[in-house]
Amino acid sequence: MTELIVGDVVAERTVHLTRDSLVRYAGASGDFNPIHWSDTVAERVGLPGVLAHGMLTMGLAVATLDAWLGDPGRVLEYGVRFTRPVLVDQEAGADIHVVAKVGAVSEDEARIDLTVSSGEQTVLGKAQVRVALHPVAHA
Amino acid sequence: MAVNPDLVGREFAPTAPYLVGREKVREFARAVFADAPEHTDLEAARALGYADLVAPPTFAIVVQELTLRQLMSEPDSGIALERTVHGEQRFRWTRPIVAGDELTARLSVASVRALGANAMVTSETEITDADGAHVVTATSVLVIGGDA
Repeated sequence: MTELIVGDVVAERTVHLTRDSLVRYAGASGDFNPIHWSDTVAERVGLPGVLAHGMLTMGLAVATLDAWLGDPGRVLEYGVRFTRPVLVDQEAGADIHVVAKVGAVSEDEARIDLTVSSGEQTVLGKAQVRVALHPVAHA
Repeated sequence: MAVNPDLVGREFAPTAPYLVGREKVREFARAVFADAPEHTDLEAARALGYADLVAPPTFAIVVQELTLRQLMSEPDSGIALERTVHGEQRFRWTRPIVAGDELTARLSVASVRALGANAMVTSETEITDADGAHVVTATSVLVIGGDA
């Protein structure tokens, strides 16, 4: 990981979300807000439809780096802005596309910029991961 | 009711210890499409030097959530859940969360700011292990809509 060049794509993938994915994430995370599984509630609060949990999008975006990193301990910091909700259609679901590019490199660390989009629209803003370039010690 | 600016600097009690379960790590990894073996395969996690399965990075939200519930249940917070939107999220780790960790979280409110008719509340949750050592700090920016 020492020859990173700013602009290099280090990982990329598309994740297909269905309503099952949202129910699974609700159970795993404990976030049972019905706007993530009930069309009735989503409609009542004025949403165009059922939305993916922002934290699901954030979580699957950084997991795109897993294989490249080799060790999750290399992730030092990760932040995002939730700029646009991801609508998950009951039949068609939704695709989330993640591209991870090198944004900056220093001696010990790199900043990886994630472009996360659904249906051609970016859904996370300033999605940046600070990673260690060298192996980290574990207690 | 507007968001109470006195939340800044208020002392919140640490949460009861949260024991990170191995199957919970597997369940969460599957839910966020984290398919690297160290999240599900004990041998793979140990080969990397970890004592047990490694949680995906954003698993910290599960523990942070306990403190956000504390914030929401402050009777004078002025934060109405149905008008609250998650604006930003950040994590800063000292080390990954591993199955078997007993984690305690302590909440503080860093700022309450007006943004037009809305309010922005920045909360910081410091998550420590059974030895009191820092594991991860989780920061949320919540945007609370003004009364309609």
